[in-house]
Amino acid sequence: MTHPNPQNGDTLLFVGTMKGAFFFSSNAERQQWTKHGPYFAGESVYSLAYDERGGRKRTFAATRSFHWGSNIRRSDDFGETWSAQDRQAVRFPDGSDLSLVQVWQIVPGPRDEPDVMWAGVEPTALFQSRDGGETWSAVDGLLKHPHRPQWTPGGGGLCLHTIVPDPSNKDRMVIAMSTGGCYRTDDGGASWRARNVGVRAQFLPNKYPEFGQCVHKIVHNPARNGRLFLQNHWGLYRSDDWGDNWTDIANGVPSDFGFAMQTHPHDPDTVYIVPLQSDEFRCTPEAKLRVYRTKNAGESWEPLTNGLPQEDAYETVLRDAMSADSQKSAGIYFGTRSGKVYGSANAGDSWQNIANALPPVVCVRAAVVGAGTSAPNAA
Amino acid sequence: MSIAVVLPRALYPYARGSSTLVIDDPCSTVQDALSAVGKHWPGVLDRVMTEQGTVREHVNVFVGEDSIRFVDGLATPVDDGDTIMIVAAVSGG
Repeated sequence: MTHPNPQNGDTLLFVGTMKGAFFFSSNAERQQWTKHGPYFAGESVYSLAYDERGGRKRTFAATRSFHWGSNIRRSDDFGETWSAQDRQAVRFPDGSDLSLVQVWQIVPGPRDEPDVMWAGVEPTALFQSRDGGETWSAVDGLLKHPHRPQWTPGGGGLCLHTIVPDPSNKDRMVIAMSTGGCYRTDDGGASWRARNVGVRAQFLPNKYPEFGQCVHKIVHNPARNGRLFLQNHWGLYRSDDWGDNWTDIANGVPSDFGFAMQTHPHDPDTVYIVPLQSDEFRCTPEAKLRVYRTKNAGESWEPLTNGLPQEDAYETVLRDAMSADSQKSAGIYFGTRSGKVYGSANAGDSWQNIANALPPVVCVRAAVVGAGTSAPNAA
Repeated sequence: MSIAVVLPRALYPYARGSSTLVIDDPCSTVQDALSAVGKHWPGVLDRVMTEQGTVREHVNVFVGEDSIRFVDGLATPVDDGDTIMIVAAVSGG
């Protein structure tokens, strides 16, 4: 098996699937891709992250063996070797009566604190590492939140799947869970408040409760402080005040149900989604694989279809299976539950098929080597 | 006292390559034996049990030919010379 051997400026695509991880390497042109893997064959890899803080080039993988449990693994050589993780690194504390099922999200911390990492897990909890991912501890403010007894699992499990730190304020972070909704801390994690005003819970008698929504993904572009976009279990929203208020932006989409969402790396008004027909039929509407893009912060959306199949395409793109690279001409990528990976080297104007017949794709992360981290929603 | 703990291949790397662990610590239950496993081979125990001390959902533990699920769980007694077998359940996808 070959492993990526990138130069600065090259593009890497990390793809997590239900049966292992695959890496794809290319140059800045992104026309030809080389596949590497599978890594962790037989294990699901729900999250991947790439981190260049502190001068390293480190890849993180959240692995889960169906039988033997979950872990976070690290590689400093693009997958050639991985940390020998004898013990389970992420562990719920004694007395919590909780056991780790799966790590859903790994996010690097602040640029000036290269050893800080965040992990979102199932059952819902936030963990922090202060030693570059070697050891982890639960954030008590969320672990002991008074709402916890009322957080209920969505179809995929009770998970904290989205972590959005505020790059301008280390004490502020937004997280999202299914179900439970969006929560924000403004004091470094000591306390968390539900931030779901305007976000509907279609499946509850009170359609606009304080919490309990099934938020699927929240994204943020650091170029616009305070602005967040949210893909809900029915609903598309934008906030301009770090989640204090949400505005419906489902303007002209075939469905406001979906999972994946991604910001343009350079333009804070541009966002990408992959609408799905409904919660009962979680496939692309009209059997057409269409990415939708807004360039005006949700005022309108346009379908992107060039290079994507427009018939007999019953595809599903899951919440963490979309990403962007920070090349000058932005690269946008997504993977499907049927094992396909598509990429665009021109911000979505046209698409190419990068992979077929992988196991179901659950995570996609793009990175430009030498450009920093692959934080999920930031350049 | 000596109890053998037979491992599935997936756990050999956490037992320094061994397929069978020999427990010499005093044990009267499966819980005791697994605690001894954890003391000497913590990576093995992490994969058999959760951090809250329960056997993972898709893992079966046998004493001889008896699954502890149908005896007394982790309180299932063990005797000198017994063999405990750890098996991945026939599940997955």
